[in-house]
Amino acid sequence: MTENNYNEIMKLLCDRLKVVSNSNIPITSETNIISQLSIDSIKLLNLIMEIEDTFDISIPINALADVQTVRELADLVYKIKSAS
Amino acid sequence: MNLLEKLDASAAARKALLPDGVGAFGIPIEEVYSATEARIGDRRVLLLGTNNYLGLTFAPECIRAAHEAIDKEGTGTTGSRMANGSYFGHRSLEREFADFYQCDSAIVFTTGYQANLGTISGLVGPGDTVLIDGDSHASIYDGCVLSGADIIRFKHNDTVDMEKRLRRLGDRVETTLIIAEGIYSMLGDQAPLADIVKLKNAYGCILLLDEAHSLGVLGETGQGLVEATGLLKEVDFITGTFSKSLCSIGGYCVSNHPQLEQLRYVSHPYIFTASPSPATIASTRAALELLRKGSHLRTLLWQNCTQLYTQLKKGGYLLGPHPGPVIAAIVDTPRQALLLWQNLLEHNIYVNLILPPAAPEGKSLVRCSVNAAHTPEQIKYVGDTFCKLRSLVC
Repeated sequence: MTENNYNEIMKLLCDRLKVVSNSNIPITSETNIISQLSIDSIKLLNLIMEIEDTFDISIPINALADVQTVRELADLVYKIKSAS
Repeated sequence: MNLLEKLDASAAARKALLPDGVGAFGIPIEEVYSATEARIGDRRVLLLGTNNYLGLTFAPECIRAAHEAIDKEGTGTTGSRMANGSYFGHRSLEREFADFYQCDSAIVFTTGYQANLGTISGLVGPGDTVLIDGDSHASIYDGCVLSGADIIRFKHNDTVDMEKRLRRLGDRVETTLIIAEGIYSMLGDQAPLADIVKLKNAYGCILLLDEAHSLGVLGETGQGLVEATGLLKEVDFITGTFSKSLCSIGGYCVSNHPQLEQLRYVSHPYIFTASPSPATIASTRAALELLRKGSHLRTLLWQNCTQLYTQLKKGGYLLGPHPGPVIAAIVDTPRQALLLWQNLLEHNIYVNLILPPAAPEGKSLVRCSVNAAHTPEQIKYVGDTFCKLRSLVC
């Protein structure tokens, strides 16, 4: 995994969150997924399944307990993908 | 935002969906007349928002057994079985459940919620994995969280998606628990158990099936989906509840694995709670006896389910894929669902209102629970009223 891969993950997350949240708020790495985008728990869990399929990885739901921002989600995906 | 402000925000979100004065959640029921009728406000309503599938809430055998147990053993056990002991009734009910499922052992829990919480958190722990259906009940999610295991979801009832996720787990499949439900409570659809069993055998996992909504409903003797599919011996652990077809409160887990007994010593939801009261156990035992002999009740239930499902389908409602005791009209918006729910109540019909995110795929549901005690005339009235109100959700 490289910096390019990380940037690719970040871009994909921002794009998908934009669609899922149906929000006009500009999404950056520091955007809070729950409080700023108002994404409900089921939408978030479904997005996680999509990300799992895109990167062919398993993301345990419990690992999301520490995720608030887009950057933290990207870090988690990057870490799991790097270890796979 | 402090702790109390967070609750205020949550209350504001609820009020945005349900205006003041609309008590769709936790509606006050003033009097219960029978398995099918009650008083809400000044209305005598038909009950289609309960899970009284076999209609046994007023069964004389169950009421008599509960009275006798109170007279003999008092109103409560006042503590856990670990500390306060296991009454004859607790032990008997466990033997009867094991016998019912032709299994070696059974454990009784104080609620159905705790049956899933206690079984799941007893079976898996940190470092293990649970693979659960995306539409799983909250008791399954909460049991998984309590366990500390890694939680992976697969798409609802999609075994192709499930296999993809099993494959990704690699060697971790050896310590993976798959969890599915006999009948799912939102749309009333059934798990594709044969395909799930094939995968669990191919990958060497353990399978837990929650028969909460299918106990008493599916199978010749009412065991649930395991009996209807002939797969009883293929499922490692079966959980369920007493609060639906058995009309009391409590839950169970049965298994042929001798390790089930160890849950009594490791499962906090079993250990650190008061055991079911004597009356609860007694009425459950009586209801289980009726359930086992209740093929005529299942016949009545399925006649009612099929009648209402067919009527709503013909009336243009979008429904779940299978007729069954849970029949949910799928509606596009919360506002439409609320309007339909309110109008049904004005026609003296009580059903359940389910709004996002509880309803699948962002939809809202107006959900009926049919039971064996409903008369064909009552079911027809409900179906006719739904059809009359169809324009509210178009």
